[in-house]
Amino acid sequence: MTATLTRQAPQHAPDAAATLAASTPSWSRRAKNRAASAAVVAAVALTAVPLALVIWAAVERGSARLDLTLFTHSMRGVVGQGGGLLHALTGTLIITGATAIISIPLGLAAAIYLTEYAGGNKLAAITRRAVDIMVSIPSIVAGLAAYALFSLILGPGTRSGLAGAVALAMIMIPVVVRSSEEVLRLVPADLREAGLALGSPRWRVIRKIVLPTALPGLTAGAVLGVARVIGETAPLLLVAGFTDAMNYNLADGRMATLPVFIYTQWSSKGLDTAAYDQRAWAGALVLMAVVVVLQLAARALPPQIAKLRRNR
Amino acid sequence: MMAAASAVALVLVGVLVFLAVNGGPAVTAGEGELPAHAKNFLALAGPLAFGSLWVAVIALALASLPAVGVALAATIYAPSPRFGRFLGAVLDLLAAVPSVVFGLWGLMVLAPAVVPGYEWAHAHLGWLPFFSGEPSVTGRTVLTAGMVVAVMILPIMAAICRESFALTPPALIEAAYALGATRWEMVRAAVLPVARSGIVAGGMLGLGRALGETMAVAMVLSATPSLISFNVISAENPSTIAAFIASTFPESTGAEVSALIGLGLVLFAISLVVSLVGRRIAKQGGLR
Amino acid sequence: MTATVPNPTAAGQPPAPTAPTEAASLAPLASLAPRAAERLNPAAPAPGLPKAPGSMSIRDVSCYYGSHLAVADVSLEIPGRAVTAFIGPSGCGKSTLLRAINRMHEVIPGARAEGTIALDGADLYSKGVDPVAVRSKVGMVFQKPNPFPAMSIKDNVLAGLIIRGAKPRAAAADELVERCLVRAHLWEEVKDRLKKSGDSLSGGQQQRLCIARAIAVQPDVVLMDEPCSALDPISTLAIEELMRDLARDYTVVVVTHNMAQANRISDITAFFSLARAGEPGRLVEAGLTADIFSAPKVTATRDYIDGRFG
Repeated sequence: MTATLTRQAPQHAPDAAATLAASTPSWSRRAKNRAASAAVVAAVALTAVPLALVIWAAVERGSARLDLTLFTHSMRGVVGQGGGLLHALTGTLIITGATAIISIPLGLAAAIYLTEYAGGNKLAAITRRAVDIMVSIPSIVAGLAAYALFSLILGPGTRSGLAGAVALAMIMIPVVVRSSEEVLRLVPADLREAGLALGSPRWRVIRKIVLPTALPGLTAGAVLGVARVIGETAPLLLVAGFTDAMNYNLADGRMATLPVFIYTQWSSKGLDTAAYDQRAWAGALVLMAVVVVLQLAARALPPQIAKLRRNR
Repeated sequence: MMAAASAVALVLVGVLVFLAVNGGPAVTAGEGELPAHAKNFLALAGPLAFGSLWVAVIALALASLPAVGVALAATIYAPSPRFGRFLGAVLDLLAAVPSVVFGLWGLMVLAPAVVPGYEWAHAHLGWLPFFSGEPSVTGRTVLTAGMVVAVMILPIMAAICRESFALTPPALIEAAYALGATRWEMVRAAVLPVARSGIVAGGMLGLGRALGETMAVAMVLSATPSLISFNVISAENPSTIAAFIASTFPESTGAEVSALIGLGLVLFAISLVVSLVGRRIAKQGGLR
Repeated sequence: MTATVPNPTAAGQPPAPTAPTEAASLAPLASLAPRAAERLNPAAPAPGLPKAPGSMSIRDVSCYYGSHLAVADVSLEIPGRAVTAFIGPSGCGKSTLLRAINRMHEVIPGARAEGTIALDGADLYSKGVDPVAVRSKVGMVFQKPNPFPAMSIKDNVLAGLIIRGAKPRAAAADELVERCLVRAHLWEEVKDRLKKSGDSLSGGQQQRLCIARAIAVQPDVVLMDEPCSALDPISTLAIEELMRDLARDYTVVVVTHNMAQANRISDITAFFSLARAGEPGRLVEAGLTADIFSAPKVTATRDYIDGRFG
């Protein structure tokens, strides 16, 4: 170190290799650095391993029942082996479809209002705050609210697919509003101005310019919203209930869904427990496949929506 | 358009009104009208609120460091942008796994697998209140539930941490490196101070999510709803508000249903406070 | 740690002027120029004359971003305790080469450098040399001032030591902070507000704070990547004076777009250029600044200096 201490007397070239070696970080600094890197790798493992284990468990335990019967039969009259989830899959499609029909137009319209019309007015501020709060509603509370609503109208104890759809819509609407608002904000302002400068009325500019430009992003947001609610279990357990048989009528009676099917196969087993467990895992495998397909679809759409995925 | 925006706000008002109308009477309900043989609403809600917070805090404690770590891996430590995107996809997928699937996995795969660990913890760390008492033979304990919930909230927390790490000014990263910092020293000097509010916000949102988590806890936990206990490996476990509602609701009628809706209001209030605080911190940190 | 935090201006040397007057700041220039002329002539190094410490030798260095070759085959001697300026048109690789000198280049994923860069004869790129060690011997100041926003002015000076967990005790820290700020010609302006955030300073002050921060870790060499390009003329003048002054104790290498600046402050000038966009940058000519600006040997250098391109 002396060489670096006496700077103004360069009688000889300092032993540079030695000073370089002396400034090599100390053992403890290097150890800390390595420990941090190892911790980061461990964190990646802690993220990836559970995911791999869950997927593996579903494949390993669910593939035993991944047969044709699973997709062509309901659970009507089944007490042991056999049976399928056709009724649950149908119910999930119907309820999720109804949810989308309620949520997407409402959510999109609210987002258009917020970005294109409202500016900073009071209603916009209230709506944004409402969306913030709705995002934090626990899903089971949405189920309770839907139950309470339908009890007020139809009397206590009613269960229906429609009530399930309403519950899921409470979860999906804020997701759609947020993602749509974000996508609409990405549409460059000069596109709007160009349209307005041509003398088109505002709604025309929105319909002919803004919405087509934003369409891929809006679609992706909607798909992610569907992916968010399609795996919801708790609210459907409360308000759509469960049944072993097919039910195509949203408004009348209990309707099975895939997540609730998985839950009830486990929670109310018959004597042949292995058959129930296998069906539960087969249901889990199908449900995960559906979710993965939806995720991939949303991901394949536009490149600029990376941030939207956080709105879950 | 305006009607739609008003409708969204009205939906929220509706939720609150329906819950209040139906759940309100439960507050004054007496013995015999409430589920789980509770004497009054407070005796019912108290232990369950404790259980909700306890499970959520355990999940948060377990998930925090991995969430920060994986967010660092996806940003600062990523060997290439492609790796960062790949890790993002893994996190998205993890976030997309339905909770009922996690519940199934937690109780049938994870719980039996952790029993030996609990026995070891009881034998060697039994002097800690968390590990005293006979460990559960099924593994369906508060700690197992906490682990499952931790896996579920990890991607949410990691996503926010990732976003705030990505906002680190490159100039500060360079400044730290140019002063002879190792990578970890650079992270401590340049990345973490700027991202602190993002990390806290992520934690709050994760906590809010953990409080509302229902199915995974309902399935994994073998619960005694009136219990308050800090033991995390025992066969006797407190329940959570959400799990209690889910497992009790299908067989409930009349006053019991009203009590469960009242519990839902309590849960809503708790998780609302947590996530509004989280959102405020996130906004202060320059995140959306 | 205090023992290994030496005082560059102590030990028999007159203390650095706290507020440099015109004469004081010009003095080193005058005294250095002739010395530099005899010592630094790259064509004919005077035999027997000792090399000043902190001299660097760049041999056959090429820099890559992934598979893209950004700088090709540069060989250059950088004299110790002098100011060397890198000039050239945008994209000529002068900044890339500068960042390769303290191995900051490789911080970017996929970026790497080939060849050897030696500090006082020790190859910074040889196996077993930790880039972290290189960067604590070869400091860097950037285009935009980048003080740590969460740190006070004082802590910013100490940042290099805080970062490596070697913050000195109170008295030694105060002494080091004062010495470095004096050296960076900033002490008088900030001595009453050391606890304030570095963000509260003007751009030029922030840049001098960054210089104080860089010299607080005792480097041999200070690299500066267009340190004045974000500053107003007054602040630029202050930094230029400081660069001259620093060259008494440190080897200074500065990348600049401003040829007048290179002419004013540097002893050696290296001119880089590229054949056309997308081609790698190359060293065209290097020599004593006076020679490069008065009698360049290569036409491209003259064209650039005359302002015909770049």
